[in-house]
Formats: sequence, structure tokens, C-alpha cells
Amino acid sequence: MYRYDETDQRLVDERVVRFRDQMRRFLAGELSEDDFRPLRLQNGLYIQRHAPMLRVAIPYGTMSATQLRMLARVAREYDRGYGHFTTRCNIQYNWVRLEDAPEILAELATVQMHAIQTSGNCIRNITTDPFAGVAADEVLDPRPYCEIVRQWSTLSPEYTFLPRKFKIAITGSRNDRAAVSFHDIGARAVRREDGEIGFEVYVGGGLGRTPMVGHRIQSFLPRRELLSYFDAILRVYNRYGRRDKKYKSRVKILVKELGPEAFTTEVEREWEFLRGGEASIDDARFDAMERHFRAPEIPADGESALPRNGEPAFLRWLARNVTAHRLPGLAIVTLSLKQTGNPPGDASAAQMEAAADLADRYSAGEIRVSHEQNLVLPQVRIAELLALWQAAVGHQLATANIGLLTDVVCCPGGDFCSLANARSIPIAEAIQRRFADEAALEDVGPLELNISGCVNACGHHHIGNIGILGVDKNGEEWYQVTLGGSEDAPPAIGRIIGPSFQAADIPEVVEKVVTVYRRQRSEGERFIDTLRRIGADPFKQHLYGGADGHRDQD
Amino acid sequence: MGTVIKINEGIVEDAAQLVPLARWLEWREAGQVPHPGSGVWLEPDDDFDALLPDLDRLTLIAVNFPVFTDGRGYSVARLLRERHGYRRELRAVGDVLRDQLYFMRRCGFDAFALRADQDAELALRAFDDYSVSYQ
Repeated sequence: MYRYDETDQRLVDERVVRFRDQMRRFLAGELSEDDFRPLRLQNGLYIQRHAPMLRVAIPYGTMSATQLRMLARVAREYDRGYGHFTTRCNIQYNWVRLEDAPEILAELATVQMHAIQTSGNCIRNITTDPFAGVAADEVLDPRPYCEIVRQWSTLSPEYTFLPRKFKIAITGSRNDRAAVSFHDIGARAVRREDGEIGFEVYVGGGLGRTPMVGHRIQSFLPRRELLSYFDAILRVYNRYGRRDKKYKSRVKILVKELGPEAFTTEVEREWEFLRGGEASIDDARFDAMERHFRAPEIPADGESALPRNGEPAFLRWLARNVTAHRLPGLAIVTLSLKQTGNPPGDASAAQMEAAADLADRYSAGEIRVSHEQNLVLPQVRIAELLALWQAAVGHQLATANIGLLTDVVCCPGGDFCSLANARSIPIAEAIQRRFADEAALEDVGPLELNISGCVNACGHHHIGNIGILGVDKNGEEWYQVTLGGSEDAPPAIGRIIGPSFQAADIPEVVEKVVTVYRRQRSEGERFIDTLRRIGADPFKQHLYGGADGHRDQD
Repeated sequence: MGTVIKINEGIVEDAAQLVPLARWLEWREAGQVPHPGSGVWLEPDDDFDALLPDLDRLTLIAVNFPVFTDGRGYSVARLLRERHGYRRELRAVGDVLRDQLYFMRRCGFDAFALRADQDAELALRAFDDYSVSYQ
């Protein structure tokens, strides 16, 4: 893991001092609400439905047990005893007091954490694959690159007042678990045959009210030019991105309006002057950064195959929550934050402390946050999986549902968020209850279900195999259903299948969709593959026009 | 123009005359020699390529921030300084607030016409907001 040096620490400490002063001036009436708003947002502080919301960064989703314990402490001392892990590797506290925010940030700074640029019109927290550095299918470990980009983007003097927020994701794997096609910039590491490392660069992807798949504008960017090229993209965006309407100001709109080719030409023109310049990265910098991210040690106990015997619940968990590691004798374990009845992604202070203890005991003190809103222990000895599972069960961290229908990705929705048009947490829970039977759930197999409470799409409903979007109709909550979204292989945006439904009907709707899949699938075929093969019509037919279709069109 | 903070000169009362880019280009076209104290006022979306031949003889360029959340001026400053080698006074004007000064300076501004309600003495301290930087 990356450890702060003196410069990193000083920057975060000085940021706290600065923000404390800004908060003091605001509370004293010396700083107007309008002047303060961008400043507090750049420190992750929102004014929300019930109370201020503080969003803390977990850069590229990696944290230590010590850091997770601090997150638990903040939940306990300053909030109502829990936090919400988001789809973008942040944790949100929904009940903080405005005037406590500087003190929370000061405490976070003692464990090398911060809330810098978790909101506002700037470069946001960098995200990556939750299995970065340990995945068996990885080309290279993207974390050193993420950290280099994190530093470059932190308090960037030129890009702190962009037209709109700006999200960067980097992956080191061909199997994209970071959804790079749906970011303002997505970078996928590639190693050429001659051994040189570079990146494919995608620009202009995104979700929200205008979902778009990003365009590949570079097929091999040498790694030393990663920042100079990002600089070129950001400068073109900063100068020419629209600022007249909030909904038109993301880089995806600029790419669309100029066309990907013209946009690329602008970037290349800018890059001509920047490449090889100050932002170029030399090999010594990469070497130094890579030393922070050492590979785990291969265990000496010789266990390299997953257990085959044991109680069914353990075997189910092994099949669902344990992923192949790139080193023998180790496994990647996902701790589910999706037990039914718990808002997806929420963790209590006690659960965070338990996860920290598990990480210390079984995973060299390291934890990841996945963009599916679960926690990941990236280096668990296979020989200790049973002990880990037994310990995790007691803390409700071992629900064996990773990648299944009940592993719902969900925003806080109308219960917490002032932007939302509809609630999302109760919808997630109703669906989880409907699919409570483990054998039936297992039979349905891998299926991504995403729920957003409004068009801002924090629940990433566009890239769910099944997506549910809360919409407001004359003051009532309705839900629109999309099918066919996928973050990878190939990336796709789901399509709306027809008129929206009332909340009470949603579990039935999901069940009907699943029924069609089970009737139509071939042996071993995943939901998304069946859907791609047969198209959406059979599903529509069953939902709206078939024998079971009772509801009126609207 | 009221209070201007200039790096190394502190707070000054400034009466420099600033003219829009278009006016400057008209003067140049007409062969008129502007007053030595005059400078060019750039809007953040001005295409300033036409100004580049004049950079050597200009003593003041001002870049307007219509609202402080409009960050285009930061890129304009870096371009003028780093790409086009402009060395003399580069002034941030318009909605210039204490909390932006540190970033503006790092992009190349060395003079700042503060918004009227800003405390100039306090603003002078803003340059020390951070003692380290990554970029």
C-alpha cells in the first residue's frame, strides 16, 4: 500500500487548516453561502436532505485496517454509527454536523485519509479494479499509476474549477472491473510484445441523464506520457467544455458535439506541446512508486486448491465470494455488504471494525472497496478461508451472493439524497426478500441488478443487466426498468423496456424477467448472454403483453 | 480598478488602463501606439492567437474571471506563461477571491485585482495556504 511521505502528510494537514479557516469564516458570516459552496464541496461536504453529508475518499479503493478503523470511529463519534460505501470508492456519512467537518478531516488526516475532491467540479477520486494487483487475469498492477494520477490531480491549480466533475478510472486487466468505458477518462493498461507498458485511453463515457460509452482516442499511450496526455485532455475540456447548462457540461457532451475525431485532434494538438515536458514521468518515479505496492508473499503451507468439502453454506460462499488470486496459495475474498435488510453498501461501525480485524488477521491488514459496494480482502491464505468465513458470518459479512441478483448496487435514494425522485433502498430490500431462497438465487446465476433513485444514476442503473430507475410522476414514485446494461465485454447501456411500474410491482417485474431467462437460456448461459441472444422482446411480451400482463399502459 | 495585489510589491492602488482584446487589435491595425501603462483585457474565451506577436512589448495582460467558479482563466494563464513565454505582469481580474489566489499564482498570475469585498491584508496570506504541491 502507498504510505504518505512528509510532503503528502503536510499537504493533507495544510488542507485541514485551510478548510477549518474557511468553515470558521462561513459560520462567522464572513464567507457567503455562494462563495463557500464550491469550497465545501471540494472537501466532500454536501448539504443533504436530513443533514450535511460528508464524502471521504478511499483513493483507488485501497485502505489499511487502521484506516478502516478510523472510518468506523468517525461513524460512531460523528454520525449515527454507520457509513455508506459508494460505487466510486468513497464512504459517505449522512448525519454529520457541519461544524464537525473540519475536526473529522483532522482525524482522518492522522491516518493518511482525506475528503479532497470527493465532490465539486474538479478531478474526482481515482478508481480502479478492486482486485488490482492480485487478480489472476491482470496484465499489470494499476495501483502505482493510480497513485501517480491521484497526486497529479490533487489540488491541481489548473483544474480545480472545471465546467463539471471529472472522473478517471484505470484498469490493469482485460476484464474490466473498473468500468473504464463509463468514465470521463478511462485508461486500460496494455503491455506490448516488446515489454513496453502503455495505456488505451477512452474519453467521454459516463452515465447520468445522458449515458454514453467512451471513445477510444489512444490505442497505445506510453506510460511516461500518462499525465501529459491527461493534461491535454483536461485543458481542452477546461477551455472548451460548456458552462452554460449543468447538464451539457460534462466532457462527454463536448466529445459528442465536436465528434470524437475532432476532439482527438484538439487533444493531440495540445499534447504536441505538453509531451516530453514537465508532466512526463521518468522510470525512477515508476520504480519508486512500484515499491509501495509489493506483491504479497506466497504462503509456505502449500495449500493451493480451494477446499472441496465442508458444510454447504461454506461451499456456496467459496463459489460466490472467493476469486482466484494471481499467486498460488492465496485467494481474494469479497465481504458482502448486501445482506437482506441492510441498505446496499452500508456498514455499521461494528462491521467496519470487524472487517478491519479480519483484514489484520487474514489479509495482511489490507482492504479494498469495490464499485459494487462490497469490501474485499485481497490476500487471504487458502488454508485460512474456513476460519475467515466462520468469523465473517458472525458479523453478517459473509452473505454468499457476490455477482448474484441480491448483490444489488444501489444509491441512497430518496431516503437520504435531496436529488432523488424516488426511494431505492426499500426497492432493493423488496427484491432481496423475493429472492431469499438461496438455491433459487444460485440457479439464476450471475446477474447484475442496479438501482438509482434519479437520473443522476449514482446506482449505475444504465450498466446493470437489469436496471431500475426511480422517476417522479405527479408526486408519485415510479420505476423505469432497463435491460441489457453491462460494464464490460462489451460495455453496453441498458434500454428501457416500456412504461414504468409502481414500487409494489417491482419484485414481481424482476421475477418475470428472470422467469423468461430461465425458460429461454441454454445450458450454463448467463442472463446477459441469453438477453443478448434473444433480445428484449420476449421480456417485454411477458411483462406488458403476455398472458400475465395485467397492468395498464400509461 | 481598485485594490491590486502584486507579488513582491504588496498592495497597490492601480490605475492602469485595460482595453479589450478587440480594441487593442484595432489600435495595432491603425498603427496607434498605446500608452505605456495600458494593458490588454482578455475574456476567458478570447482567442488570443492574434495577440501573440505583441507579447514582447506588452507590459500587462489581465484575464477576467466572470465568476470565480469559471476556471478557464487558469488554462489561459498557463498557456501565456508556459507556451508563449509571456514574462511581464499577468493579472487576474473580476470575481477574484482570496481562496483562489494560491491556484492562480501557481498558474502564472502575479497580480490580482480582488473583488471589492475581499480583505487585501488577509488575502496576502493566502499565498501561503500550501507549502507543498504535487504538480
